[in-house]
Amino acid sequence: MSTTMSPARASRTESSIGRAARLGLLRIGYEVRAYFRQGDTVFFTFLFPVVMLTIFSVSFSEGNFGQTADGDIITAAWFFLPAMLAAGVLLSGLQNLAIDIAVEKSDGTLKRLAGSPLPVVSYFIGKLGQSFVTGLMQATVLLLLGFTVFQVPLPEKAENWVTFAWVFTLGVMCSAILGIALSAVPRSGKSATAVVIPITLVLQFISGVYLRFSDLPEWLQNVAAVFPLKWMAQGMRSVFLPDDLVVLEQNESWDLPGIAIVLGIWLIAGLVMTSLTFRWIRKDS
Amino acid sequence: MSRLAVVAHEVSDQSGGMTTPENVVEVRDLRKNYAGFTAVDGISFDIHRGETFALLGPNGAGKSTTIEILEGYRDRTSGEARVLGIDPGRGGLDWKARIGIVLQSSGESGNVTVAEQLRHFAALYPNPRDVDEVIAAVGLEEKAGALIRKLSGGQRRRVDVAVGIVGAPELLFLDEPTTGFDPEARRNFWQLIRTLQSEGTSILLTTHYLDEAAQLGDRAGIIAGGRMVDLAPIDEIGGRESRVPLVRWIEGGERREQRTDRPATLVAEVVARLGAEPEGLEVIRPSLEDVYLALVGHEHASDMSAEALNETEAAR
Repeated sequence: MSTTMSPARASRTESSIGRAARLGLLRIGYEVRAYFRQGDTVFFTFLFPVVMLTIFSVSFSEGNFGQTADGDIITAAWFFLPAMLAAGVLLSGLQNLAIDIAVEKSDGTLKRLAGSPLPVVSYFIGKLGQSFVTGLMQATVLLLLGFTVFQVPLPEKAENWVTFAWVFTLGVMCSAILGIALSAVPRSGKSATAVVIPITLVLQFISGVYLRFSDLPEWLQNVAAVFPLKWMAQGMRSVFLPDDLVVLEQNESWDLPGIAIVLGIWLIAGLVMTSLTFRWIRKDS
Repeated sequence: MSRLAVVAHEVSDQSGGMTTPENVVEVRDLRKNYAGFTAVDGISFDIHRGETFALLGPNGAGKSTTIEILEGYRDRTSGEARVLGIDPGRGGLDWKARIGIVLQSSGESGNVTVAEQLRHFAALYPNPRDVDEVIAAVGLEEKAGALIRKLSGGQRRRVDVAVGIVGAPELLFLDEPTTGFDPEARRNFWQLIRTLQSEGTSILLTTHYLDEAAQLGDRAGIIAGGRMVDLAPIDEIGGRESRVPLVRWIEGGERREQRTDRPATLVAEVVARLGAEPEGLEVIRPSLEDVYLALVGHEHASDMSAEALNETEAAR
């Protein structure tokens, strides 16, 4: 055998888990870069909640969404900031990935990857990472906009930010995994938008994003409670709204354990669905 | 054209576990049925290590189905297939790292630059080629920083080729690689393939351009109607008889033609007989294309109608 030891030999000693993780991180960078170069995703997924927060804050600027214990008026911007943060989690995860992967399935991206030595797990890490990174940037933009332009008071207590951190992280992961699972539904990349956007739009209307959740009839609240977005929005309200407003919630409680349980169940259900349905390509189409 | 690193050799020399190391592809009685339709109807061939094998045939003949079975994209109905000693239906990541695939077409969104795409794909392979050398080899140095979606069709195709070879594969699948190339780009592509060949890369090529197959191929298999109608070194395809030159001329207002191994002698005889320059004189040495058309001629006609049928169904 040749005396020169090729680098291939050395890198093969890397464990397959280590390799999958390393390539997964590489995929995150690649995916995030491609995300921001896609004009329509940047608008409909990244900027949409920002635009909606601006519109709501401006159009309802005369409105009164309640009072704090100290008598401060809760402005529209304050009231809708947590709602738009929740919407952003849904859009960055579910809407983004369901459309993105359906398109990649039909435009040949997945076929190319299927022929390369990229582990499927690394591909998923890339997609989850893309959702997390872009979702976090989106949340930062929303918080900055709310704080600077619309003077929304941000929570001072560390425990609120801890709640934000886990609700956001669990929410994005749950939403992203469900997005991967949902990407199996559209029959072509072209129909993906038409399949996915109505689902996310309806969820946003019934889950307290655009409409005040406490105004919805009880049966509709119960329907919304089956889906994860209602819980994400509730978690965000618990962080950003004054504690007095807890009386508007179902059972007059923020129900943080309930949030963790429902999101956890959806996350596991999404993982199961994904592992059952995801294929690089349909082999015998 | 830049010289590519010679790493492919070392990798291929080290590959073990093959039953017959001299063959990179072994196909025996391969069949693929779809509902009510047989796409591949029992074909057999081998590709030797270091060889370029051209798979030719009309649209719908079963070329793409065959190549996609070997790439691991499709399951076979029956028969045997070994690619680098491994059943392509069960090839894992290590196996994929040893092959390179240039698919027929791609409509990817292309939101990364040429250099980003190649750097990314290079990172997936254990022993990749130098990215800048690969970009130079496909003649895209000036487009290295351009988004792939902004490239022309032919330039995108060259990116496909670059992605296919950046992993320094032992075996390269090229499915109609030069579709959309201008003549100069095609010549440059041939030069690139010759470099890969000289480095020992084995290649399975499908193409509609028979001059391309003649330029690059060592051997060719001709598929029509899912069957291998001929398999031979490129310059022996169709048998010796089909390569016999044809002489045509007009004598006494009548078209004459004759096959002969000694066309110059025949022409001299005709000139002597007529005592003048014969009208409409042609000496035709059948090209691969002529031989090919003779081989697939009537099969082609029936495939064309089947294809038209498929297209109307797809349009529904």
